[in-house]
Amino acid sequence: MNILVCVKRVPAPGARINITEDGQAVDTAFLGFTVSPHEECAVEQAVQLVEKHGGEVTVLTLGPAEAEEQLRTAVSVGAAKAVLVPITESDWDPQRTAQAIASVITDLENANGKFDLVLFGNESADSCGYQVGIRVALKLGRPMVNGAKGLDIEGSVAKVRRESDAGLEIYMLPMPSAVGVKEGINLPRYPTMKGRLASKKVDVTRTESTGSVGGLKMIQLQRPPERVSNTQILGTGPEAASAVVDLLEELGVFK
Amino acid sequence: MSVLAVIEHDRGTIATASLGVLTAARTLASQMGTTVEAVTVGANADALSSVAAQYGASVVHQAHHASLTDFGPEAWGEAVAQVVKKISPQVVIGTGTERGHEVVAQVAARLDLPASMNCTEFDSAFTGAQPLKVVRARWGGSLLEQAEVDASIKLVTLANHTVEAVESPATATHTVHEVELNDSVMHSFVQDRVERVAGVTLATAPVVVSGGRGVGSAEAFAPLEELAGLLGGIVGCSRAVTNNGWRNHTDQVGQTGTRIAPDIYIACGISGAIQHWVGAMASKNILAINTDKEANIVTKAGYAVIGDLHKIVPAISEEIRRRRG
Repeated sequence: MNILVCVKRVPAPGARINITEDGQAVDTAFLGFTVSPHEECAVEQAVQLVEKHGGEVTVLTLGPAEAEEQLRTAVSVGAAKAVLVPITESDWDPQRTAQAIASVITDLENANGKFDLVLFGNESADSCGYQVGIRVALKLGRPMVNGAKGLDIEGSVAKVRRESDAGLEIYMLPMPSAVGVKEGINLPRYPTMKGRLASKKVDVTRTESTGSVGGLKMIQLQRPPERVSNTQILGTGPEAASAVVDLLEELGVFK
Repeated sequence: MSVLAVIEHDRGTIATASLGVLTAARTLASQMGTTVEAVTVGANADALSSVAAQYGASVVHQAHHASLTDFGPEAWGEAVAQVVKKISPQVVIGTGTERGHEVVAQVAARLDLPASMNCTEFDSAFTGAQPLKVVRARWGGSLLEQAEVDASIKLVTLANHTVEAVESPATATHTVHEVELNDSVMHSFVQDRVERVAGVTLATAPVVVSGGRGVGSAEAFAPLEELAGLLGGIVGCSRAVTNNGWRNHTDQVGQTGTRIAPDIYIACGISGAIQHWVGAMASKNILAINTDKEANIVTKAGYAVIGDLHKIVPAISEEIRRRRG
């Protein structure tokens, strides 16, 4: 069972997301970076599947040179190989990203054989495009389902569970296939000491790739209107309980 | 020449988000001087043509194929892509939901067109000839992006709850399109479904009592459960709580959890990081219970109690019981 997981390096924001003066990017001067949450779960799911069925996990990212840090994080929790597709711009549009990733995956597969599964996050935390995984899967000719809240292997089939308003849906995708994973599918583990050592030693493969610029162009970022609230302090400590219940009555939620 | 609304439905039951999409399509079509058309997928959605007409569609394209009885992202994407290719609309608008994003992304991939998801605004000066300027939500809505969709056919999804559905009855004709689906799209269909047990869910509860890191442990959620029970509500939590394994992810409120809009959101021991806030900001009222009066959630909430939630939450329950006698 060989699994490729595509991840994205994103800022880890706190209470507020600030924008650079030119409006072109998130101001990351005081922010750390992380693997986008859905993809963090995709890595964990891949590692669990390999622990159960054998094989190995490769992790791939298209991003700045610093994204090597996120690849090493993935190795520290169980991925074996890491591939960086370096770009110099801050972000590529979805069409260009998908084209570049699909071409790298094709090269990797020509050299080492097909990945049984290619995993993505449901959508990236920062740009929320909901499409790169779907575009890559189509280019590779793999069946693809997004939004996976469960993923098991049954023989040569990937069994995907996903939640809808109506209930729990089951999809059966013959492998090789592609799946977009959603947070909640598992609880990502913390790195072990052995994992940390492996992450320091792993050779990150750098593979240049290109793609044609697509038709979705980011012009400028802006902050949504700030919610102005004159917070009414109802009190301090348990003595405020009476004022709280008065409020609940007033709002009609306590009768 | 048209604006095409992609109707989302589940086995013939329309998704309410589709009505907002039809309304947004109508605004755009009227400024462009063109018509609103709609596309439904599967014969079990044919009856929805009259709903689409009620919201202003003048032509409804019904994509038919024997296999289109249940949702399948690739088959739906291929079916809509074939209709889009045939009728060449200037703009295609889908729902800003899990299925809506997925179908529009499939159409975009199949026609190699750009797609802009979760749009909150469309350029009111757009006439059809130029690139379409949009505002779209990033970071789950914590940040907005002005973007341009430059292609002969502009594919977008409408962020949920941004356009209120307004009826505008029209007389609609319908056209049946027999689509061709090959084996490659036949795999990703719903194979089986476990129906949800009816009851209060996080998304529909009138009261949500939510706990964050400050709660401290899985066991310490018991007083929050009690208060939620007294108010006919449900317990939610922040991502810190799920990451600590204290509660299941289904209880998580936020960008990567559930978006909620209860009558009141009671946030206990939650600092209010932006990813949590975007999940809770649609609440009609917010009461923060926190030891830190400078906490982000306290400054954004309408109401706050400062102090230890472990003492305050039981005191509120006690007061409710006392008043009920």
